[in-house]
Amino acid sequence: MQDQPSPREILCAIAAFLRNTVILNSDPHTAFQARVAANAVDLVLRQLELSTTGEAAELMRLQALLGHTGTLAELNTALAEALASGAKGISTPGVSEHLRATTLEKLQVDQPNYSGYRAALERPLKDT
Amino acid sequence: MNSASHSEDAVRSALAALAPRLRPAARTISGLMRLSGGATQEIWRFDLDTTEGSQPLIMRRAPGGDRRSEAGVGLNVEAQLIAAARASGVSVPEVLHVLAPEDGLGHGFIMEFVAGETLGGRIVKAASLAGARQTLAYSCGQILARIHSIDPGRFPSLAHQTPADLIEQWHAAYRRGSVRRPVFDLAFHELSATRPPPPVKARLVHGDFRNGNLMIGPEGVRAVLDWELAHIGDPMEDLGWLCVNSWRFGRIEKPVGGFGEYADLYAGYEAAGGAPVNREMATWWEMFGTLRWGVMCAGSLAAFRSVDATVERAMIARRTSETEIDLLRLMAN
Repeated sequence: MQDQPSPREILCAIAAFLRNTVILNSDPHTAFQARVAANAVDLVLRQLELSTTGEAAELMRLQALLGHTGTLAELNTALAEALASGAKGISTPGVSEHLRATTLEKLQVDQPNYSGYRAALERPLKDT
Repeated sequence: MNSASHSEDAVRSALAALAPRLRPAARTISGLMRLSGGATQEIWRFDLDTTEGSQPLIMRRAPGGDRRSEAGVGLNVEAQLIAAARASGVSVPEVLHVLAPEDGLGHGFIMEFVAGETLGGRIVKAASLAGARQTLAYSCGQILARIHSIDPGRFPSLAHQTPADLIEQWHAAYRRGSVRRPVFDLAFHELSATRPPPPVKARLVHGDFRNGNLMIGPEGVRAVLDWELAHIGDPMEDLGWLCVNSWRFGRIEKPVGGFGEYADLYAGYEAAGGAPVNREMATWWEMFGTLRWGVMCAGSLAAFRSVDATVERAMIARRTSETEIDLLRLMAN
């Protein structure tokens, strides 16, 4: 068993160091880079917590949409090709729900404060 | 670093030698400071010292003076574009000098320094700019109409890009990446199916007219910056790009740059001589702009893994998903 503190606790300490020490003691350009780095640490923390459950759900939806199995990358490519050729479209049952759910799962990690993400959470998909 | 300080000294002495040719009364320069050093351009600030006082100036030049960037119109053309825009009544910095080989500074130009706010997040929020925000969308419309009135025949080196060309170009850029993104494939399919015909009258298009490339003061737009993506094409491209949600800096409810309304942008455009705005086509260009920014973000993954392994580049790659939610919203309407 690995010793403590946990990766999560150490990453939190790194983000706090960047925000409370580096940013305050740097020239403007370095301070900007440090702020970006602190935000990146936060992103990694969110992904550590969220991605496995999200990706399992994405895989299930893709299999249901396409009617076959495969890796996430294979199934995403298959769906992309079907959408590119017009074989499937935004009105194909399940497509818009799947794309929305997958994109929201990514934004929950990438940018939970993004205005387009907040707006999408407030406005559920219309019933079709 | 040794080479950087050497280069800064070289820039300082070359600019000092150039000073009397920028203004006859100028003897030397001071306060030289490098503001940014992107992959495509270096930006330097300095003061031109004359007997009457000093004037702040900006030099934009190729990285290291002579490295050419593959993207963009080139610094000489950019200087000509800024001069043409100024003659058409667009607020831009005055170009004082285009660098010549004997100046020893490489390719680039020297222009006046314009003070003001360029950070999009502050432009949409700052209390001191509340008055400016009231009229900014209308002003942007007027400015775009003036840019679009410039004779494109004066710029023979600029690329001509029809909507079909742009779709093909950005689709190829998307497919050069290693990741397939179903939302992008859907968006390309939709945009291809509904794309506008080539413009009846191709115009000079700024190409990057958005919140972040505008110098703003309490009274309004002080300068339109960053002309390096200019090309000849459909003028609606500029109106759509200005409304992409990524340039609204959190103010999604203010579709024009996070500070204004569509109706004001279009009214300003039409009042200043721009062609009547087809709302449906303007929306098409907003969606195209969103996809273009999405492909640019997605392309940051390859850049991160090859030439630019910075945290900033990694985080731009992770902004791709913001464009996917915006595309889904635009396609649901």
